[in-house]
Amino acid sequence: MKIDLTDTTASKINKALVKGRRAIGTPAVGMVLTMVIVTDEENAYDAIKAAEEASHEHPSRTLVVIKRHARSPRDRTNARLDAEVRVGADAGTGETVILRTYGEVSDHADSVVLPLLLPDAPVVVWWPVDAPMNPAKDPLGALAQRRITDMYAVERPLTALEARVKSYAPGDTDLAWTRLTPWRSMLAAALDQAQVPIVSAAVESEADNPSAELLARWLEARLNVVVDRVVTAGPVVTAVRLGTANGEIVIDRPEGPLATLTLPGQPSRTLALKVRATSELIAEELRRLDADEMYAVALRGEGTKETPSHV
Amino acid sequence: MSSSSLGAAWENPLRDARDRRLPRIAGPSGLVIFGVTGDLSRKKLMPAVYDLANRGLLPPGFSLVGFARRDWEDQDFAQVVHDAVREHSRTPFREEVWQQLAEGMRFVPGDFDDDTAFKQLRNAVEELDASRGTGGNFAFYLSVPPKFFPKVVEQLKKHGLAKGRQGSWRRAVIEKPFGHDLASAQDLNAVVHDVFEPDQVFRIDHYLGKETVQNILALRFANTMFEPIWNRSYVDHVQITMAEDIGIGGRAGYYDGIGAARDVIQNHLLQLMALTAMEEPASFDADALLTEKLKVLRAVKLPEELGKHTVRGQYASAWQGGEKVRGYLEEDGIDPASTTDTYAAVKLNVDNRRWAGVPFYLRTGKRLGRRVTEIAVVFQRAPHSPFDSTATEELGANAIVIRVQPDEGITVRFGSKVPGTSMEIRDVTMDFAYGESFTESSPEAYERLILDVLLGDANLFPRHQEVEESWKILDPIEEYWARHGKPAQYASGSWGPEEADEMLARDGRSWRRP
Repeated sequence: MKIDLTDTTASKINKALVKGRRAIGTPAVGMVLTMVIVTDEENAYDAIKAAEEASHEHPSRTLVVIKRHARSPRDRTNARLDAEVRVGADAGTGETVILRTYGEVSDHADSVVLPLLLPDAPVVVWWPVDAPMNPAKDPLGALAQRRITDMYAVERPLTALEARVKSYAPGDTDLAWTRLTPWRSMLAAALDQAQVPIVSAAVESEADNPSAELLARWLEARLNVVVDRVVTAGPVVTAVRLGTANGEIVIDRPEGPLATLTLPGQPSRTLALKVRATSELIAEELRRLDADEMYAVALRGEGTKETPSHV
Repeated sequence: MSSSSLGAAWENPLRDARDRRLPRIAGPSGLVIFGVTGDLSRKKLMPAVYDLANRGLLPPGFSLVGFARRDWEDQDFAQVVHDAVREHSRTPFREEVWQQLAEGMRFVPGDFDDDTAFKQLRNAVEELDASRGTGGNFAFYLSVPPKFFPKVVEQLKKHGLAKGRQGSWRRAVIEKPFGHDLASAQDLNAVVHDVFEPDQVFRIDHYLGKETVQNILALRFANTMFEPIWNRSYVDHVQITMAEDIGIGGRAGYYDGIGAARDVIQNHLLQLMALTAMEEPASFDADALLTEKLKVLRAVKLPEELGKHTVRGQYASAWQGGEKVRGYLEEDGIDPASTTDTYAAVKLNVDNRRWAGVPFYLRTGKRLGRRVTEIAVVFQRAPHSPFDSTATEELGANAIVIRVQPDEGITVRFGSKVPGTSMEIRDVTMDFAYGESFTESSPEAYERLILDVLLGDANLFPRHQEVEESWKILDPIEEYWARHGKPAQYASGSWGPEEADEMLARDGRSWRRP
């Protein structure tokens, strides 16, 4: 069911949530986290849809913060909060509250979000677009254990990447990194099989792809080799080559979901490497809510002290 | 464990304990299924293999070899797997995953005593090592009746399939029944262990692959609020129930002469009991778990008078859930004078410091009220109630119920004040449902178990010592039943024979309605 509230406050929204739950007869149990999505009107629909799909794996309360920009100077002085409360079948497997902030409320969105967080449960903030320069220092980001940004949604990904390196705080993560998990697990599995030292490496991708850059930095950190960045026509990452004394280990995905794995001295074989939907990426992000140290290693492109050295 | 099979010196620089996104992918390996045309293989094993591949948990080059008495080519086999996957897989069908999997499918036609077929199997295995890089690592899944086990393992040995070359592994996977009494179980173990080392043999008890069963350990040992009361000072008794609403169906040949106790109590229920009652293991590796489970099973004492504390029954013709069903003795292929039990209830005591005096009631049956498996830990009543008797008239004992299936989860039962002016207390429940907090993510038991076999992780597989200990518990009961009386009749769709209710009434208790 849906409840619309105009010019409202957080406590009225909390009342509406209780009322909605009463009406459909389900108590607020089983929700494992609060997901805060900070977005604009344009991207809200897709983001909510992805979050609702992800909520099938992680039932959650989703708070969508949409900052509205009034068109006239008169409206701009008018601070207001509108809310749309969805519970039951309208909200995936959890509850969704869409918050539209006008005027000065937009600068104090955290004051609206704070009373609406689930007790005791972890908080995740996701910026599908327009992530702040320093997510951990952002008022909303500061409420969260986990801050999800997306370098695919910025104008200059590699500049954003440098900013992320500088502002990294434990709990930061980026969907450009999440997208790499299937690649990374296949590379690790290939190396399990080959069991040989790597002497050179190359990552092939479309130009300015942040995932490719992260992958290259991760390989540099783990393998202690210089990784060549090769620009291809894409889409996204198209191949990774690891040089060994006996020949090359190659995972090649020229197009589509089918990739080819080649190991030295063995015939090539096909691999399923699909480009995943945003909801799957979010679901993966929500599986572990502690700091992703390996992301930090990949961002910096160098190992930390705990990492044993490899030759 | 997965890395140890890869040789100790090699350490993969791309893996790191802190990198928890990377899933546990099985190392290079293949799976050979004997009896690949059977129901279990089509409905559970093939879909589980596909689901694992779809989740990206199988190694590149993973290969599946089918062995059965069919005149099939590799493509025909792939088609059968394809159909089984389309119909039964848990995750959505994806063409690219299927292609990756289909390339590694081989079929070997033949009988179990056919030497040429096993030579062909050996060739297939060697060919896969060369063409798919399976590295000599193969698991042999014996999805065949136990009478064929000796033949198959002997053939595997004869054709040099049971031992891999240096640095590779061979494993055998077998399904229940693991014998029908202690002697036959020991014979079977001797046959299998003659060819495979004990730690190469994986016995499937699919209950142990269920999330809820693994969660028993998490509930008990990852929390502090349950363990302090998990003992004789607070627990009154424990009930472990596995009920099925179906009859024996077409399994008359297998079931008659075996019965519910051998089919279910010996393996599933005693395993659930061991997990519920055991002490905290030193670690969560297979050996530590085995040690603790064995300690519990060895501490089990049967009641003095078996006649009073065990009950067996047979379902009788009746209306069940709106349809008229036949009784056990009227089923096709069943001797009308059969004394096979389709219902069994036993009382067991665990003689150790934690559980002395706390009875464990185990029951199982076919054609019962509904399909349900649960473990109910029932607590003692409060020693003193400040409320007068009218206030707490309806109050039952507190209980923690672990619902294994269906509707997996945990229920806590306790008394609560009814809103209103007078002090009236009624039982309420507090529920944790898997479907609520972790929807859609629970893998099938077989997915987990097959992956564990490929990884060499033996935590969730009962060892031969456990199987033998379990038979030591059940054998005296079966012997007593063989000599005394015959099974009580109970109406299909009920919760078992009256004798079972009397058995608990004698102790001043009653069965929960699950």
